[in-house]
Amino acid sequence: MKKMLFIAAAVILLLAFVGGAIFYGTQKTEQAGQLAYANKSALVREHSPVLGHADARVEIVEFLDPACETCRHFYPLVKEMLAAHPERIRLVLRYAPFHQNSDYVVALVEAAAKQGKYWEILEALLAAQDDWVVNHAVQRERVWRHLEGLGLDLAQLQNDMNSADIASLIAQDMADVNTLNINKTPEFFVNGKPLPSFGYEPLKKLVDEALAREYR
Amino acid sequence: MNNFQASHDRGWLFVFVAWLVASVSTLGALFLGEVMGYTPCVLCWYQRICMFPLVLILAAGLFPFDRKVIRYALPLALTGWLLAVFHWAVASGIVPERATPCSQGVPCSVELISWFGFLTLPLLSVLAFSTIIALLVLTHFKASK
Repeated sequence: MKKMLFIAAAVILLLAFVGGAIFYGTQKTEQAGQLAYANKSALVREHSPVLGHADARVEIVEFLDPACETCRHFYPLVKEMLAAHPERIRLVLRYAPFHQNSDYVVALVEAAAKQGKYWEILEALLAAQDDWVVNHAVQRERVWRHLEGLGLDLAQLQNDMNSADIASLIAQDMADVNTLNINKTPEFFVNGKPLPSFGYEPLKKLVDEALAREYR
Repeated sequence: MNNFQASHDRGWLFVFVAWLVASVSTLGALFLGEVMGYTPCVLCWYQRICMFPLVLILAAGLFPFDRKVIRYALPLALTGWLLAVFHWAVASGIVPERATPCSQGVPCSVELISWFGFLTLPLLSVLAFSTIIALLVLTHFKASK
């Protein structure tokens, strides 16, 4: 009798917890979707780097922090998705530099873009992230050694990093991060839809659904 | 014998209700932290350290019923109660935030929820620990030896 009471109470409590979590998650995804829909202009800006075909009908918007470990792990996976459908998917990168001094690295890759080496430098830095991120903070002096031998004009790069357009680009992205209520990275939107739950599988599913809808 | 059984059952029920309070508090804290994504402040962590084990310790005291469970549970409950009272004092502004260990990171004085205008998380914590302590003390005096 007592055991039954105990087990019943435990099961009810756990069910309430799981049910509450599922309900909360659904509500939150719905709200994020509505927020993205109501603020479409905040999702993609003209200055945002784009990878992939301009005519692609499936658009992944990724809010990325170059110093975020999970972003580094997701980057090759997203690129695999693009490689599987080069004509159909494109990637738009936005910045959410939440880590300490992360905006420094954002300015750096944007300055590299002025020399036509945006993706190359971004990928080189992501690959070496372990070295220049220590305890979740960017160590500025450790970044530069990973740029050697990549054909960059480093003096020019340093100059461009301080330019006004890069500063306003970062400010705009941070403003959009706040508008869209993004507080974790990476955050993905596929054709304006947020991930129902975080993970590679949900992202893959969302992309596959979009592909099926746009290219039936 | 009947008397013994009745007081024995009553003691079991007190500990069971205490376990319920601890379980609801634990799941509530986990919901705020893991599902809603709020980062617990330092004082919240210390209270969690006292509350979470109570779920297991009180459950262990139920099967078979051990009225001595108070000896293992009360130190945790009392420590948690003191921390909760301190946290509540910080959140209500009685103790200045600066004098507390949470001036860095997530401040302890932030109000996450406020039901009916006064029922905040630290106060809920005070109430939960108080209820558990009261039930444990009741168990000690009312359950047969």
